Order: sequence, then structure tokens, then C-alpha cells
Amino acid sequence: MIDLEVTALAKTFNRRSIFRDISVKVQSAQTLRVIGQNGAGKSTFVKILAQVLTPTSGKVKISRDGRVMKSHLHNLIGFVSPYMQLYDEFTAEENLLLSLSLRAQTVDSTAAKNLLGRVSLGGRSNDQVRTFSSGMKQRLKYAFALIHRPPILILDEPMSNLDTEGIGTVRQIMKEQQDRGILVVATNDHSDLEKFDHQVDLSGRP
Amino acid sequence: MEDPRKMKSFLVSTKAVFLKDWRSELRTRYALSALVMFVLTTIAIIVFAFGGESPSQEVLAGVLWVIIFFSGMSGLARTFVAEEERGTSLTLQLLSTPTAVLFGKLAFNVVLIIIVNTLAVLLFLFFFSTFRVSSVGLFVTTLALGSIGLASASTIIAAIIARANTKGSLFPVLSLPLLLPLLMTVIHATSLSSEGAFFSEGLDDFRILVSYIGAVTGVSYILFDYVWKD
Repeated sequence: MIDLEVTALAKTFNRRSIFRDISVKVQSAQTLRVIGQNGAGKSTFVKILAQVLTPTSGKVKISRDGRVMKSHLHNLIGFVSPYMQLYDEFTAEENLLLSLSLRAQTVDSTAAKNLLGRVSLGGRSNDQVRTFSSGMKQRLKYAFALIHRPPILILDEPMSNLDTEGIGTVRQIMKEQQDRGILVVATNDHSDLEKFDHQVDLSGRP
Repeated sequence: MEDPRKMKSFLVSTKAVFLKDWRSELRTRYALSALVMFVLTTIAIIVFAFGGESPSQEVLAGVLWVIIFFSGMSGLARTFVAEEERGTSLTLQLLSTPTAVLFGKLAFNVVLIIIVNTLAVLLFLFFFSTFRVSSVGLFVTTLALGSIGLASASTIIAAIIARANTKGSLFPVLSLPLLLPLLMTVIHATSLSSEGAFFSEGLDDFRILVSYIGAVTGVSYILFDYVWKD
């Protein structure tokens, strides 16, 4: 059981308030949708959830089986966004194995190959990422985010650069994540996540 | 980090950061090419500038460390700047703890600068035949501690300037005041080694260098979390 609790969250950049006083609690098998117009702070909000940005005030609390987790939170989170870049000079498989080794987890080449097959990159696992198209890179990001089996999956604009087949794969990944943990989706396209348990609307804030 | 599992996880993650940077460097030659080219061109210019003159051992010791300092400035920042320029900083933040990133990159910079400094010293000895290393132990220890000190300070400065627009000029400007105590100490110890001093005569300099490395690494450890995340 995993819980994600956001309390009175606020972020300010150079005295400009992006959002403030946002609170929401999401539990296992639940989904959170984050919406808002361009510049409303959706990416900033999900980056704070992913622990890569510090909030100006407020708290993000992640609990596992009732115990508040304080360190190595990055191992509980998978993250996909258009602005996240993978290592171009490494192959697709090397990128996945790098994700495991940097997380100090067991390097499992078979799992990496299986996951690449799942996102239709099985035939390109030994090619350097610099040779990939933007759509292929986006698919690889999903494998990268899932290789350590995170209980929390955060997706920022999940369908960007994807073709019809890729969108189908991502919908399947989102469905599976809803069954096994928490899914957070930041999007302007309401069809990306039609059914959701919680919503944060950043429009018109602060 | 009292928990042995956390310590093991930190060490594994640090090693992974080091190996990632090393493998990446071998494929892209981002830093190594810049460092080696800088050493070669600087030594060539100094050879022409001195002409047939024979400068004193003290001057040569200073010139050697000027070459090492500026070559370090041309390459040591790459470890963080490359992550920022390629947009992989966010990815690295998602994968590892700030402490593992700091020490992995520090280890990479230490190995890189030791390789480049060894090359610089060999070329320096070849082109400046009047430069003597009479006390080898003293010289090697100075070179090793100086390299580690240079890498320690450069690593945290590189992390700080990586997101600035004027990173190219900001790096040496910020580094010089921080590295001045280190440079003065290593130049003195190098002069001693040229004069044939006993190893024990360099102990005061070594104490300063070890203290410098400890202080810079300690401050980096405390600061890095804030530098890396926002």
C-alpha cells in the first residue's frame, strides 16, 4: 500500500507565485489528474511530486504500508515527460540498465529486453538513443520509468510524440499502473485520463 | 548513513555514477579532448615564449601549476555542464541521491585530472630539461594531493555554474579565489621537490592540502543538495 499526500503546497519563482495552497491525498489504486492551461505550473507541480524540485512551502509525504518514507524516494517513482532526456550516447538497453545501477538495484538484462519489447523497441535495443526518432525516445522513456517497477508513476503530457500504436501501449501501461499503485497524469488533453479519482486544477491560480 | 544497507546502496550508486561518466567520456571525449589539447597548446606556447632562456626552478614550478590549473578549468566543469546542456540533469536527479551524484562525479574528476596531470608533467619534463625533480616522493605526493584538491573544488563550482548562462567565463573566475590557497601550497611544495628537500620538509604543505581537501569536500557535501535540486 502506497500513499501520496500533498499538504498546502506552494511554489514561487523569483517572487512570482506559480500556485499555492494545494492539498490532495492519493492512495494505492487511485489516479490523480493535474490540469491547467499552459504556464499554470503542471510540470512544476509534478516535478515537486517526483522530488526533483523543492516546494517554496508545503509538504509532499509518501508512505508505504503506513510508514512515512524519508530517503531514496526516487526509487518509488517512475517519471515520463517530454522535457526529460535520456543518454544519447548509450544504447536503449544500456539506458535501462543504467537506471537500475544508479538506483543501486540488481541489474536485470532480461527484464530490460522484455520491457523494450513491450514498447516495440525490441529490435533496436542495441542502437544508440541518438539514432531514435522523438516518438521512439518517448516510448523508451516509458521503459525507463517502469524498469524498477515503481509504485508511483507520474506522467507529464503522456501522449506527446506518440503514434496510434504508442498511444495504445501507454493506455495499457496506465491501466496496469492503476491496478498496482498510484498514477499521476498532468495533461491538457482530457481524453488522456477520462476516469480519475482526484483532480488538481491549476487554472486561474494563485 | 549509519545503516549498512544505506551505506552499501550509496557506494553502489556512487560507483554507477562514476562508471556512467567514464563510459560516456570514452564515447564522447567531451572533457578529455579539451584537457589534452589545452595541455599541448599551453606547453607549446610556453616553450616558444621562454626561447633559449633557463628560468629558475621556482618559476618553472609555478608555470607547471599554471598549466595544470588552466587545463583543469577547460575540462573539469564538463561533468556537470554536459548534463545540463544535454538536458539529462533531470534524469540523473530522478535516478540517484544527490550525495551519490556528487561523489561519483568527484571520483570521475579526480581520475581525469590525475591522467591529464601525469601527461602534463611528462611533457613538461621533456620540454623543460632544466626542470629537476630531485625528491620524487615529495613531488608525486604534491601532484596527487594537488590533483585531488583541484578536482574537489572544481566539482562543486561546476555544479554551481552549470545552470548559468555565462558558465564558460564564470568557472575560472569563481575557481581562482577558491583555488589560490591550493595553488600557493602546491607551487611551494613543487619548488621544495626541485631543490631536493627531504619528504619531511613538505609535511606542513601536505597538512594544508589534506585540510583543504577535507574542508572543500565537507562544504560540498552540505551544499550540494541545494545546488543540485533547485
